[in-house]
Amino acid sequence: MYPSFEPPELNFYMIAIVDYNAGNLTSVKLAFQALNCEVEVTQSPATILKADRVIFPGVGAAGASMRHLSELKLIDPIREVIARGTPFLGICLGTQILFDFSEEDGGTPTLGLLPGRVPRFQPENPFEKVPQIGWNQLKYTRTHPVLHGIADMSEFYFVHSYYPAPKQDEIIIGTTCYADVTFASMVAVDNLVATQFHPEKSGRIGLKLLENFVHWTP
Amino acid sequence: MLTKRIIPCLDVINNRVTKGVKFKNNIDLGDPVEMAIMYSNEGCDELVVYDITASAEHRPIDIEMIRSVARSIRIPFAVGGGISTIEDMSRILLAGAEKISVNSLAVKNPSIISEGARAFGSQCIVLGMDPVKTDNLEQCPSGYEITTRGFREHTGIDAVDWARRAEELGAGEIVVNSVDADGTRNGFELTITGLIADAVSIPVVASGGAGCAAHLADAFNIAHADAAIVAGILHTGQTTIAQLKKELHEAGVPMRMHW
Repeated sequence: MYPSFEPPELNFYMIAIVDYNAGNLTSVKLAFQALNCEVEVTQSPATILKADRVIFPGVGAAGASMRHLSELKLIDPIREVIARGTPFLGICLGTQILFDFSEEDGGTPTLGLLPGRVPRFQPENPFEKVPQIGWNQLKYTRTHPVLHGIADMSEFYFVHSYYPAPKQDEIIIGTTCYADVTFASMVAVDNLVATQFHPEKSGRIGLKLLENFVHWTP
Repeated sequence: MLTKRIIPCLDVINNRVTKGVKFKNNIDLGDPVEMAIMYSNEGCDELVVYDITASAEHRPIDIEMIRSVARSIRIPFAVGGGISTIEDMSRILLAGAEKISVNSLAVKNPSIISEGARAFGSQCIVLGMDPVKTDNLEQCPSGYEITTRGFREHTGIDAVDWARRAEELGAGEIVVNSVDADGTRNGFELTITGLIADAVSIPVVASGGAGCAAHLADAFNIAHADAAIVAGILHTGQTTIAQLKKELHEAGVPMRMHW
């Protein structure tokens, strides 16, 4: 299905994890270390720009995170590294702020790299709690090299109160159902992949996704 | 569909997992890291590690053990025991834990919940509570009172009120560990679990009393719990995570079945 390739030594790659004071990055770092990657958790634009792969994670609130990104002068380097074709992986809040606008914190304009907005869950059933915490299925809407070897409807770990609502269905790779909505839990455009779930906390299957990402040549 | 979580609980004393009934007669069960790996490989959805004597001995939690667990498994885990400051929380999260569980110390100092939620996000802050049935309906109209310090102290605080308060303060999840059911294997205390699950809009975890898959199904279906903690029946080999999941899946409970 996908072109075969001989993966180079994994530690050939330098993986930059963007640290913009948005939550704990230890589990992201440990997951890539488990794949024998050279990992750097960084706030440095230069390190991000020279990395072979960039991870844009994040847990927390959209408003504060946009402020931090701006104060750390990381917005332009993120745009640039995506534009130059470096494989780029958004995770959770990192994914949400790639879109145009988040409803969080009274409405927050975000990076605008993906067309769409990020609304809050509004379940009718009071037993569907917000945030969604736990394992839920990813239903494929398209194939993607990063999902190679992972069964459709596999479960991934989610922790979130807001969800991506892309303007164009074409960028959606997989969807997940919660609180009366079927939302885009994974999107991809060119060298960019972004997940609402946490692959770094999703067991062996999540690690497989990260391994595929490390090997992926867009 | 969001699946229901099964969470094994590792009670650790001196770097060994132990199991006792009502905190007494502790039996050595093994190495915490090895057991975390084993349960993770068997398909558990999350783990809880309690350093159960850290609080009584007024010492910080064993951070090296937390680091080793974090290096060894790729699923979320919570850590509890002796956590009294933001610095304690920060060290545990940086060691690789996903969540912090506070219990007795939060009763004494509720602001630890709000401070923790502000610093790290509500998703990190789990409130553990140990309610016991009571006749003191004047103070505890729900019929359940919060105990602390391993069930030793009664507080006069109503369990449902405390759950609501913890949610307001910013807790992201509540573990309801019934004193009456703990260690009995006769099933979870469905009444108080259900009262709390219906009173708050954050996820609720049933704890204490798991004896078989049907008990978990009751916690999910009758008491509306989002997750259940299981300990003794796994530790003694009476059943496995995979077996519990298979039975619950067949009974129509949404379960994570790929791992």
